[in-house]
Amino acid sequence: MTITTSAPPSATGTKGPDGRAQRSRKHSFREIWWIYVFLLPTLLGYGAYTVYPLLASWWYALLDWPGFAVSGEFVGLQNFERLLTDHQFWNAFGKSLLFLVIAVPARVGLALLLALWLNSKRTPFSGFFRTLFFLPVVTTGAIIGIVFTLLLDGGGPISLGLVWAGITETPTNLVANAGTSLYAGIAVWVWKWLGITMIYWLAALQTVPQDVHEAAMLDGANGRKEFWHVTLPLLVPFLVIITLIDTVSALNVFDLMQTLTAGGPAFSSEVIEIFIYRTAFAATVPQLGYASAAAVLFGLLTVIIAVAQGAGVRWARARMGGGS
Amino acid sequence: MSATATRTLLRNGRALRPGRVLTFVGLLVLALVWIYPFIWLLSASVKDSSEIFGSGLDLIPDQFVWENYLRAWNEAGFASYFVNSVLITAGTVLLVVVRSALAGYVLGRFDFPGKKLLIGVFLVTFFLPEGYTIIPVTQLTDQLGLLNTHAGVILGLGAGGQIASTLLYAGYFRGLPKELEESAKLDGAGPFRTFFQIMMPMAWPITATVVILTFLFAWNTYLLPLVFTLSEPDLRTLAIGMTVFVGEYGQDWSGMAAAAVISLVPVVVVFVILQRKFVDSIAGAVKQ
Repeated sequence: MTITTSAPPSATGTKGPDGRAQRSRKHSFREIWWIYVFLLPTLLGYGAYTVYPLLASWWYALLDWPGFAVSGEFVGLQNFERLLTDHQFWNAFGKSLLFLVIAVPARVGLALLLALWLNSKRTPFSGFFRTLFFLPVVTTGAIIGIVFTLLLDGGGPISLGLVWAGITETPTNLVANAGTSLYAGIAVWVWKWLGITMIYWLAALQTVPQDVHEAAMLDGANGRKEFWHVTLPLLVPFLVIITLIDTVSALNVFDLMQTLTAGGPAFSSEVIEIFIYRTAFAATVPQLGYASAAAVLFGLLTVIIAVAQGAGVRWARARMGGGS
Repeated sequence: MSATATRTLLRNGRALRPGRVLTFVGLLVLALVWIYPFIWLLSASVKDSSEIFGSGLDLIPDQFVWENYLRAWNEAGFASYFVNSVLITAGTVLLVVVRSALAGYVLGRFDFPGKKLLIGVFLVTFFLPEGYTIIPVTQLTDQLGLLNTHAGVILGLGAGGQIASTLLYAGYFRGLPKELEESAKLDGAGPFRTFFQIMMPMAWPITATVVILTFLFAWNTYLLPLVFTLSEPDLRTLAIGMTVFVGEYGQDWSGMAAAAVISLVPVVVVFVILQRKFVDSIAGAVKQ
């Protein structure tokens, strides 16, 4: 998403010839004051609810602050020192990374397969199927989490289905088991969001010119060969962008994971957001400063990932020939 | 032979092939598995609680128990949760549309001191996770005295963030001819009248997109209302009400399923009616 800074120059009072530059700039403010009126809601709202919290959390991270009713006490870097040796924090950090590393490739890859299938000219009713696969995307993550606690119950349909299919011998509740709870969460997350990634891929596939397909077909390339050598290289720039979008999405899984497993059992699926929420809001003595420090480290992780992938996106854009 | 002719020939040649039928059947099975959770949920919502886990994989209830819905709607308080969700979603959508249209208009069409800085700040904070700012946002809302009000939740959801909406408007307004302002000026219209009477009506496709995306976001949001309204029964949204329901009536599975259906129906119905626009909105937003 980019905005070029070029705009109709006429409305802004451009600098006149040398002698009049000063006067015309003053004049221009009288002409453009209304622009700032238009921006006022955004400046106030964005300043107070995005920029200020961003900066304030760095300050809060330096406080010992046991609740909103009292004021915090400055303790320097103590919170960060404590975080470095807090195995619960690193557990949560690790779970978030694991979630990312498994869930994002699964979502991006499976969505591509589905999109290729639906994009094929031979596939009937592809619009109807697209709607069905997209349906979970519009639903409320927290409600889905609760519904899946029922679906995944030992006596529920998924457990019985696994027994029926011979995958497990006895009914098991996958979210009540420390060995499988995180993976169950990943599976539900991929299911819920696959449809939107599929739409991204379908949009990307629209940019692959039809005659490229046909040329390859006439050259005698079979479907698979054509995909690897013709279609896939054209999709690489989109792969980078879609992976970035899905990675950010994988760092925002609080609603689903809190309602599905609440981080349990025994912290086996506690992603970093649940750790922050638990420390700040669900503990008997809230530790707002400590939770802020965790949030700051988590934010740094996000920024690092976003910057790394941003570089990737820029590279991808260049490959696409400047267009987006 | 022209490319079109080849394509037609290929398509006709393949129309009756078994491959096409297999593809269809395979996709149909996959799609049914995909939406099975919703079918199961509908079925569970009209079963007796004891039947949900007692009757194996049977989806048809022995007896339809519509009381589940009455119980969730009246006793469990989903009537008022529903109203809260509607109010908060509507307020957030309105706030985001007005705010991002105004900002998008001037960002898309005019140069002014500070513009580059503003866009820089937008891009830096574009991917900021919600969990990162929830503590300062709560503290701020508390200091504004809005912690236990609808307005507090609406401001928390819609006042910050939402950069995508602003950029969508900016992109659209940038593409409109600049003669629009010039002729409006000749008619004696100031910037405000120009915006509300000429620009805003023209931008309705973007407004539709922003309304849809913000509606989805606000209706489905969880963390902020959880922190703000968990202890305030009068303010709870559907998602928070559901959490409370699980805590209070953990064994009432059929009531839970009915409550979940109540919570999901509005967003699913809107989606089914506007599905084309939904999909285009999202595909359009990512292409930007």
